[in-house]
Amino acid sequence: MHRRYVSIWFPFLLTDWYERKQPASKRMPLVFVISDHGRLMVSAANEAARKAGVDMGMAATDAKALVPGLLVVDEPAGQNEKLLRGIGEWCIRFSPVVAIDLPDGLLIDASGCAHLWAGEDKYLSEITYKLNAFGYTNRVAIADTAGCAWAIARFSEGQRIVVPGEQLKALLPLPPASLRPEKAVAEKFYKLGFYHISSFIHFPRPMLRRRFGEHLLLRIAQALGQAEEYLLPLKLQKAWEERLPCLEPISTRVGIEIAASTLLEKLCSRLAAQGLGIRQAVLRCYRVDGEQQQVEVGTGLPSDQPGHLFKLLELKIGQIAPGLGIELFLLEARKVEKIKPGQHAFWSDSGLNTSAISELLDRLAGKFGADHIHRFLPQEHYWPERSFERVDDLRAQPTSGWREDITRPVWLLGRPEPIEVMAPIPDYPPILFIYKGRRHQVKKADGPERIEREWWMDEGEHRDYFVVEDEDGKRYWLFRSGYYDGNKKNQWFIHGFFA
Amino acid sequence: MPKNLAKTNNFSITFVSMNRVSKSEVIAKLQRDILCWEGFKPAKAIGAGLIGLGPVEAAFPNQIFPVGAVHEFICATQEDAAATGGFISGLLKTLMKNGSGCLWVSKSRKLFPPGLSLYGISPDRILFVDVNSEKDILWATEEALKCQGMAAVICELGEVSFNQSRRLQLVCERSKVTSFIIRSDPQKITQTACVARWLVTSIASQTKGDLPGVGFPRWRAELLKVRNGNPASCEVEWSKGKFKVFQQQDAVEASVKRKYA
Repeated sequence: MHRRYVSIWFPFLLTDWYERKQPASKRMPLVFVISDHGRLMVSAANEAARKAGVDMGMAATDAKALVPGLLVVDEPAGQNEKLLRGIGEWCIRFSPVVAIDLPDGLLIDASGCAHLWAGEDKYLSEITYKLNAFGYTNRVAIADTAGCAWAIARFSEGQRIVVPGEQLKALLPLPPASLRPEKAVAEKFYKLGFYHISSFIHFPRPMLRRRFGEHLLLRIAQALGQAEEYLLPLKLQKAWEERLPCLEPISTRVGIEIAASTLLEKLCSRLAAQGLGIRQAVLRCYRVDGEQQQVEVGTGLPSDQPGHLFKLLELKIGQIAPGLGIELFLLEARKVEKIKPGQHAFWSDSGLNTSAISELLDRLAGKFGADHIHRFLPQEHYWPERSFERVDDLRAQPTSGWREDITRPVWLLGRPEPIEVMAPIPDYPPILFIYKGRRHQVKKADGPERIEREWWMDEGEHRDYFVVEDEDGKRYWLFRSGYYDGNKKNQWFIHGFFA
Repeated sequence: MPKNLAKTNNFSITFVSMNRVSKSEVIAKLQRDILCWEGFKPAKAIGAGLIGLGPVEAAFPNQIFPVGAVHEFICATQEDAAATGGFISGLLKTLMKNGSGCLWVSKSRKLFPPGLSLYGISPDRILFVDVNSEKDILWATEEALKCQGMAAVICELGEVSFNQSRRLQLVCERSKVTSFIIRSDPQKITQTACVARWLVTSIASQTKGDLPGVGFPRWRAELLKVRNGNPASCEVEWSKGKFKVFQQQDAVEASVKRKYA
């Protein structure tokens, strides 16, 4: 296929970024400075500053003297590459192969892409338009070689499409710097009076090599398409994933365990570097016969401890059927969260919120399922069944206090069980009751405590609760459902046991 | 044999000082020494007398309630289970004093969280694990006992074999977490490796000056078996946020009750 390359040049990459972040600085003269041999040098300047005469490589003090009210900003280290990577990843929509071209450009392998935008002209316009809309001034060019596109984007006014095969013709009027020579070589050209490529390109090669070095010849060959130029394409980082291909198919438990722990080590060290931890992870095993097996683990608090995560995975490894063998392991963290730096107390290892306890809970949840573990928080309801709330979160704090002024049993029956009762007159505690065939003589009693239905939630009879103690000293929680009515027999229930 | 020699020396010192101290003190000292020689390490304890169980606490070796060990509680009926639940909550108040949490593993949980606040512990600091089988309870308990941040691990089991209890006891000794096993099937009581076997039953409460109503919870707490200690029993009441011992039962009477021992 015929190759086509696009070069994008951002003449004001850093300053554009700054202005985008701080719109107030627009139209102000702005320079970025870096420290060089103890002096501050201008590393980037915006259009306003350049018009006023500031140039790259100038001392910051000179620039300040030249332009009153100059905005001077320290250049963050590696910012260029970071910006280009971000823009480059965004540009993958134009072509799958996008490479960073330091210090201030991108190279795109656009072979077979432009027709999707109805031609190269529209393709380039789209790129320019979109990037301009983001606030990045840019110049683009397309040519058969990356070198030629680079030169046209930076040094040619107006023209941006080089017709296939006409690289030489396009390059001839351009200055020698457009061939990407070494800095010293570029200066030499100017000293010798070669202001255009046309003035030396036809010289015999040995002569060029002798005077300007091998590197220049390579650059010329690359620009003309006689030598291959390789791009290092940007890869979209697949969220959080590690893979381990195996030379020999793995079918033993030990093998799977080694693979799992190796992958966890790798992934956790990557995550830990960014202060992140795994909440959910999945281990996929691709078998030789094309089948795929997978197990999942989850944690209560984000964890970057491979040892702990391995213990969770270990419980599930038995579920993996290796068949004839596994040839590829893939560990993906589906959900990652920031790890909050914990505060360590000197004396007490107290509270439920320690990592040791959350790791224990992960192991329990891994074995039984997360819905088997819970805590209870108080709820502001009188109705006993609703007076507490189940929560799964270790960090949840009670919004109201537990009530200590009312007596509640230690043991509560899931459903109140009906009992036979002999009670004297309304609103008196029973004299005796029969529960599970046993007769209990009531010796002492407290009550009644009337607990009404919460009418906004449900309907039904209220309950009159009594705390009773029988002749053996056992204490029970009984209630009568509804008002006493002489005509019909009231239903009594036992609901709990006191300590 | 320098090791034996040291022991003899120790003994002779005790012997010489005999005329100055009373006989019972010498015997107590000897008993403590024998415990040490037998390889019994005094468990990391909260301190003597802090639980507030008086004679029952004194029945343990060195008169210290053993923390970091397995205690088993026998409960034949639901009433007993409730009494045991209350009693354990009273113990937990001391164990959880430093703000740590505890874990309660069971198959069919009947514990009513709001009822625990009477015993001075905040129910939101207890983690409940509800599992489906006894095997899972043992697994979860053992895992939890390995976790050093826990104040205590409570599990409700039907029965526990010697091997299972030995396993739990060994984990406890390493991590210094206290474990309470509530056993609901007294028919299958066998030898276990637990440090103590308890029986807690409710007894009639008393009110001041025969006022009507139900008084503070009152139990008979019996220590049926204590490793390196003596059986004991007492009647105890939970009032004003602490145990109050008000009657020591005759040791002979307690021994009659030893059908579970």
